[in-house]
Amino acid sequence: MQAQENHAKPAELSFQRADPSTLVVRVAGDWHLRSGMPSPLLVTRELDKSPKPKKVKFDGNQIEGWDTGLLTFLMGVADICQKRKIELDMSALPKGVGELIKLAETVPEKTGARLERDHSSFIETLGKATISYAQALDEFLTFLGQVTISFAKLAVGKARFRTVDLWVIIQDCGANAFGIVTLISFLVGVILAFMGAVQLQKFGAVIYIADLVGIAMARDMGGIMTAIIMAGRTGAAFAAQLGSMKVTQEIDALTTMGISPLEFLVVPRVTALFLMIPLLCVYADCVGVLGGAFVASTMLHVSFSAYFRETIHAISLTDIFGGIFKCTVYGIIVAVAGCLRGFQCGNSSSAVGDAATTAVVTSIVYIVVACGIFAFLFNTLGI
Amino acid sequence: MSTPSKPTASESSNQKALITVRDLTMAFGNFVVMHDLNFKINEHDIFIIMGGSGCGKSTLLRHMLGLIEPAKGEVLYGDFNFTKADPEQREAKLRQFGVLYQSGALWSSMTLAENVGLPLEEFTDLKPGEIREVASLKLALVGLKGFEDYYPSQISGGMQKRAGLARAIALDPEIVFFDEPSAGLDPISSRLLDDLILELRDNLGATAVVVSHELPSIFAIGNNSVFLDAETRTMTAYGDPKELLAHSTDHRVRTFLTRGEEEGQNPARNHG
Repeated sequence: MQAQENHAKPAELSFQRADPSTLVVRVAGDWHLRSGMPSPLLVTRELDKSPKPKKVKFDGNQIEGWDTGLLTFLMGVADICQKRKIELDMSALPKGVGELIKLAETVPEKTGARLERDHSSFIETLGKATISYAQALDEFLTFLGQVTISFAKLAVGKARFRTVDLWVIIQDCGANAFGIVTLISFLVGVILAFMGAVQLQKFGAVIYIADLVGIAMARDMGGIMTAIIMAGRTGAAFAAQLGSMKVTQEIDALTTMGISPLEFLVVPRVTALFLMIPLLCVYADCVGVLGGAFVASTMLHVSFSAYFRETIHAISLTDIFGGIFKCTVYGIIVAVAGCLRGFQCGNSSSAVGDAATTAVVTSIVYIVVACGIFAFLFNTLGI
Repeated sequence: MSTPSKPTASESSNQKALITVRDLTMAFGNFVVMHDLNFKINEHDIFIIMGGSGCGKSTLLRHMLGLIEPAKGEVLYGDFNFTKADPEQREAKLRQFGVLYQSGALWSSMTLAENVGLPLEEFTDLKPGEIREVASLKLALVGLKGFEDYYPSQISGGMQKRAGLARAIALDPEIVFFDEPSAGLDPISSRLLDDLILELRDNLGATAVVVSHELPSIFAIGNNSVFLDAETRTMTAYGDPKELLAHSTDHRVRTFLTRGEEEGQNPARNHG
């Protein structure tokens, strides 16, 4: 297999008929992968010419160097010949070549092992995709049911999980989330105030910015922003944690120990988010109002105290509790979606990444859907 | 290493089986991995599930543990039909087993002592101090004394495996399942693990089910075995591996047990 890189001739292929039924394929020159190689199709073309040969003989006496490039070409030709039932003579090739080809052919292809590629029409793909969405909803609801059963067990004191785990997760999705929640809510408050200012200044009703920001934050924005932050932060983390536990068989280890992974892993996570997200929501509401107050007092000449008096006057307890209730529901969605995607994770490291991605996507989709349903309900009920 | 005078598969057909696998077919969708598996495992056996790579040995183990549902057939523990049982009965049964996974599968967020201690914490009334003591003892049994407060990521692969074994035997299980115990271990560690398996059987009275393709280990510890053949997709041999080596007439079983060295054969050239 020595390569004579500098003065080697490129791969050459020529054909000859020793007699009408025997095709001699002469391979010469440098047959290395990096220098490119002729296609086996050239041989097919030659085989199509009449009189059709019954035997193919290789002549490799003038090969100057070779590697996998030559083998790939020969295997291609061998395949063609096998399909056409043409006899193949490889005796005049370099010694190693024959041995390697024999090695590649010793173990027959395992029937049924090769994966079939899907050749379906657009309509079929569309139909399958639709069905899979329906199945995804079904899976989500089934999982939600299982989680509910686990909580029922928790209520009668039969669920098993470690309290330490619960505290760690509470810290992670509560206290550690303060920074990002502060930043985003403050900015949302600022943006709302600016948006309102443009219109309200025209009427000299700048003070009503306090109403606008306060009600928007308390009823919807505080909750939804918190939920989306938690979906990206905590939901993805849940999916990645559980997914990698699946890959390393840690979840199997729990199951075969007689400990339900649902109780051990999902219950503390859902509980932690269920307890923490209302607090984060209240916090986000307050910071959002602060953001509005900041804009109003520094740029629109409304005093801090007037702003707060107006805010307190504008928001009712119903607004606040409605917002907290919605946010709690979003929190449960985030936790359940994160855990579900973690459990569904495949057995590879790229699957863990996919699990985290789909967890965030699922959470956000269901949060927005829930938000729409709440808007309709609250409106109909006059809350 | 002499095999104690335990009954072998052939003599023990009238002995009550601890584990019975009946007409088991394993499939993923339409792809059948193995079909019609029938075998029994007696008490105090060290039962080897052997076969080439990718033939479905670990899959069989996962079926026996209920991690995958069989396409057909059932697994019985004594008279208890595991396949047909409801989840709670299964959980209760699983507590009598210990499992050592291929990679150890230690819970990465817990120290070794906590890993070993978790089953004790969940299923016994021991106080935290006592749990710690028991965990230390189990770790000492597998040669990991002093590593109680290490996290799994801080120790080597071989040590993780031994810690996994310590966890598997935390509750003194009746049956211990081993998924490729010697995979990724050097020959000496692998031999030490074999000795541990024998000790478990001889001193704790446990039964071991071992998935393996390591010939030295198979002959050293196994007293009963089943050979899964990837070509025919079913079991082609059943019995003491040493007797199979001496008497089996099946070509592929012989090739496997002799590493294809018999009659100067090269396994790659004799497939099929």
